Amino acid sequence: MKVAIIKYNGGNISSVMHALDRLGAEYVLTDDRTLLENADKVIFPGVGEAAATMSHLREKGLDEVIRRLTRPVLGICLGQQLMCSSSEEGDTDCLGIFDVPVKRFQPSALLEKVPHMGWNEITECRGSLFSGIGDNPYVYFVHSYYVPVCPWTAAVTGYIQPFSSALHKDNFYATQFHPEKSGPVGAAILSNFLKL
Amino acid sequence: MLAKRIIPCLDVKDGRTVKGVNFVNLKDAGDPVELGCMYSDAGADELVYLDITATHQGRETFTEVVKRIAAGISIPFTVGGGIGSVQDVERMLSAGADKVSVNSAAIRRPELISEIAGAFGQQVCVVAIDARMIDGNWKCHLNGGRLATDIDLFDWAVQAADMGAGEILFTSMDHDGVHGGYANEALARLHDIVPVPVIASGGAGRMEHFRDAFLLGKADAALAAGVFHFGEIDVKELKRYLCGQGIPVRIN
Repeated sequence: MKVAIIKYNGGNISSVMHALDRLGAEYVLTDDRTLLENADKVIFPGVGEAAATMSHLREKGLDEVIRRLTRPVLGICLGQQLMCSSSEEGDTDCLGIFDVPVKRFQPSALLEKVPHMGWNEITECRGSLFSGIGDNPYVYFVHSYYVPVCPWTAAVTGYIQPFSSALHKDNFYATQFHPEKSGPVGAAILSNFLKL
Repeated sequence: MLAKRIIPCLDVKDGRTVKGVNFVNLKDAGDPVELGCMYSDAGADELVYLDITATHQGRETFTEVVKRIAAGISIPFTVGGGIGSVQDVERMLSAGADKVSVNSAAIRRPELISEIAGAFGQQVCVVAIDARMIDGNWKCHLNGGRLATDIDLFDWAVQAADMGAGEILFTSMDHDGVHGGYANEALARLHDIVPVPVIASGGAGRMEHFRDAFLLGKADAALAAGVFHFGEIDVKELKRYLCGQGIPVRIN
């Protein structure tokens, strides 16, 4: 089993690597086209700004590489958002794997603080990523932009309004939350991904 | 629903956790990683590690500790103590910390907050404020509470959030160590005027105090040290109690 983590200018990729270490998985951190195309699993992590990250991916030719991957791909946080059609963050076109635009949270009251940060429930979970994790578990979120509920929604979370906390289409999987920071539940989700 | 968070706080000196931690089931309660894992397993939502080392060499030890924490713990953690520059923050984040807390340095030079938020994002910067009531007014203190200032708690909290603080961690020096409950009135006022999450600190003695910090103080999170370290309150039991009180908490 060979896992490739997409290397780009985003931050905090080390927490994904630590989580894989704890699961005993082997991985490479790379932006090499051949390594990514030949990996059994690809993880597209993300902490950063959408427009800047997209132009970095385009410069490296990684946008095309990611779109054409045929093995299971997991986008995390910004990774999920960049797999959508566009983002209001920096008003950029994204990879377009999921044909849905990413929007900024519009809080309507002081109670609704942005970023959405902390532990929240994932509901209506579907797909093998979520097998054996129990009903509506809590996972860890940090984000100011969200993916609306759409035909590819694989989990829903309510904050300000219901949004897609996970997406799935063909070999592409994505989570808005950070499984690598979500305790045992997050570890189980990552482990499910590695078993796909 | 977004959960209210329970945050144990650990003091680290020369790479070891301090304060009379007495857990019989731990091989080494002085090991910040082992202790953190125990809290994480019990259901703590985040951890805060404060470096109380004064020496340069101790600081380097702390960076190594942060690396080990990041490798061993699967929940978010904040580090603080002696953070005075963007370089300090960068060192902590690249060692694996999720957030950093700044205190005195931000009062002395408020631009530090916007520098951190600008470089790493708002969610990274926790502004910790130590304050006590003086003649009816909450006044901020520096240097671990040793030095009083004339700066008003609420004015500073609003300014800090405005400059890019992702969270406000408010410790009431009047309540800290007394075990009589959190400063709920001040917390509620902070909640009403500050557009970022507020973490309550100082005063936990019983499980009801956590409930009150959430219901009366409207806090987003509650931090405590002694009651957890001395085993007076068990995190798992506390979560079950809060759940029974109708407070949204993470029980997985």
